[in-house]
Amino acid sequence: MPSNTPAYAEAAPVRHAPTDAIISVERIVHRYEDRTALNGVSFDVRPAELFGLLGPNGSGKTTLFRILSTLMVPVGGRAVIMGYDTAQEPNQVRRHIGVVFQAQSIDVKLTAAENLYHQGHLYGLHGSGLKTRVNEMLERVALANRAGDKAETFSGGMQRRLELAKGLLHHPSVLLLDEPTTGLDPGARRDLWQYLQILRDEERVSVIVTTHLMEEADRCDRLAILNEGKLVALGTPAELKQEIGGDVIWLETRRDARDLANRISSRFSVEASVIGEDDQNARIRLEREHGHRFIAELADAFPGEIQSISVSKPTLEDVFIHRTGHRFWTEKQGQEASA
Amino acid sequence: MATQTSTLPVQAAPITTGVALPAYTLWWREIVRFYRQRTRVIGVIASPLLFWVVIGSGFGTSFRSGDSAGQSHYLDYFYPGALIMIVLFTSIFTMMSVIEDRKEGFLLSVLVAPAPRSAIVLGKVLGGTTLSAIQGLIFLVFAPLVGIHMNVGQFLLVTLTVFLVSFSLTALGFTIAWPMDSNQAFHAIINLFLIPLWLLSGALFPLAGASWWMRILMRLNPLTYGVESLRMLLYPDSPQIFPLPESLATLVLFTLFMFGLAFLMVNRRTTKPAA
Repeated sequence: MPSNTPAYAEAAPVRHAPTDAIISVERIVHRYEDRTALNGVSFDVRPAELFGLLGPNGSGKTTLFRILSTLMVPVGGRAVIMGYDTAQEPNQVRRHIGVVFQAQSIDVKLTAAENLYHQGHLYGLHGSGLKTRVNEMLERVALANRAGDKAETFSGGMQRRLELAKGLLHHPSVLLLDEPTTGLDPGARRDLWQYLQILRDEERVSVIVTTHLMEEADRCDRLAILNEGKLVALGTPAELKQEIGGDVIWLETRRDARDLANRISSRFSVEASVIGEDDQNARIRLEREHGHRFIAELADAFPGEIQSISVSKPTLEDVFIHRTGHRFWTEKQGQEASA
Repeated sequence: MATQTSTLPVQAAPITTGVALPAYTLWWREIVRFYRQRTRVIGVIASPLLFWVVIGSGFGTSFRSGDSAGQSHYLDYFYPGALIMIVLFTSIFTMMSVIEDRKEGFLLSVLVAPAPRSAIVLGKVLGGTTLSAIQGLIFLVFAPLVGIHMNVGQFLLVTLTVFLVSFSLTALGFTIAWPMDSNQAFHAIINLFLIPLWLLSGALFPLAGASWWMRILMRLNPLTYGVESLRMLLYPDSPQIFPLPESLATLVLFTLFMFGLAFLMVNRRTTKPAA
C-alpha cells in the first residue's frame, strides 16, 4: 500500500456539526479598557478547512484567538465551536479544540514524552491508550528518538513540533494556532505548513491559523482579513485577488508619465495611475484582465515610449490596500498608498 | 499485522476528565521540577538543618534561664514557632511557580484543557504543600534533641497540623500569585503578609503577655492556631490557650476557606486576557 496512513486516521469518527459550520463567529465585539479590539466580526469556518486570520499587529486577531480558545469572554456577540458557546460551555469547547500558542507552552524541564503524558492526563487520557498515542505523536513529529530528552535541549523547530504534538494529542476536531511559525527558519516553516495540510486532508481537522505573513495566508483555503478590529475581507485567496480586476501591470517610461497614462486611459478605457514622485522614475500602474495579452497591445500602441513593462497577479497585499485604503504595515496613514 | 486492529475505536477525550487525574499530573510536575533543580533540593533540606545549628548554638545558650519545667528554655518555646516559620516560607514561595508558569506560557495550555478548575488549584497547591510539609517534617526529626518525645498518635496529629498549615498557606500563596505578572510584585505583597502573620502567631511571644489589641489580632490570625496546636502536641504540659480540637477545627476551616478562595480566583471568567 503506497499511502501509509496510520490506523487511527481511518478509524477516526467523522463528527458532524449541527450546521455546515464548525466554528461560527457571530458579531463579536471586544474592548479593552480604552480601546476597541474587535468591532462586530462575523464569519464561519467549515469542517476540514485551513482557515487563516490575516491582519497586521493590533488588528484584533490575537484577541479573537483568545476568545476562540476560551481564555477570554467577549464583551458582545459570541463564538460557537462544534455547537458549543465558548463563553457559556467552555469545557465542552475545550474538549474539541487543540491550541498551539505563539509563545512556548511546553515545560522545558520535562522530557518530550513527559510533556505529552502530562498533557494527556489533563485531557483525561491515561493508561495504554495514552501510551500508544504519545508514541504515535512523537513518531509523527519526528521526535521519537529524543523522547527521553528534556525539551530545553531541543532546537526551536523541535520545540515547535513538540508544541504541535501537545495540541493534537487528544484528537481535536479543531486546531487553533497563533502565529505558529514565529521564530522558525524557512525549512521548519515549510514543514509545519505541510503538516497542517496533511492534518486537514487525512484527519479532516479544521485548522485556524493567525498570521501576518502574506505567503502563509496564501496557503489557506479561506481567509478572514482583519484591520483595526473589523473584518475587511473574507474568502479564498483567489477570490479575494479576483476583485482586483485581473492582473496588475506596471510600466516605465522616459517621457512624461502623466501624459502617457492619460493616453492609455482614453485609448483602452482603463484606469491608469501614476505612482512615484519625480518624472524621471515615475511608473504607471493599471489593473486589467488578461494582462499578458494586453501588454502586447500596449507595446504596439505606444511604440518607443515604453521603457519596460511587467505583468503580475495581484497579491493579498493588493487586496488589503484595495479594502482598507492603506498599506498593510503602516497604520492610519491612508490615502497616498491607494492613490 | 492483524487487520482487525482497524476496527478498534479511537480513544477520544472522555466526557469527563475527573479531578483526580489532572490534579495528580500537576502535582507530579511540581515534584519532578523540584527534584530536577538541585539547588532547590539542597535548599529545602539544608534550611531546617541550618536553622537547627543557629537555634541550638545561639538561642540555646543565650536564653537558657528557664525557671519551671516544661517551658524551661526559650528554645522549647520557640520550637513550634520555628517549625511553622519554615513551613510558612516554603509554602508561600513555592507558589511563585504560578507566576513562572504564566510567564513561560505553560499555564495557558493548562487553562485551555478541559480539566476542572478545582483540579488545577488542587494539583498546584498539593505540589507546594508536599514540599513544605516535607521540610517541616525534616525539622521535626530533630525534636528529640530538645527533649520532645512523641508517641505515634501525637506524631500523626503533628503531621496533620503541618499538612493543614502547609496547604492553607500554599493556597494563600496561590491566590496571591494568580493575578500577578512579576516576581517582584509577589515579593512585595508577600513580605507585607508573611512577617506580621508570623510575628502575631504566638511563635515569638505568648498570647497571654501581649497587649489587648495585639491579643485580638493574634486570635484572628489563623496561624496562631497552627502554632498552638503544635505546642499542645509537642508540650502537653504547657499552658493551654485553646483546646486542641478547637485549634485543629479552626485550621481545617481556614484550609477550606483558602482553597475556596483560590478556586474562585481560577474560576472567574473575565473579559480580560487570561495571560
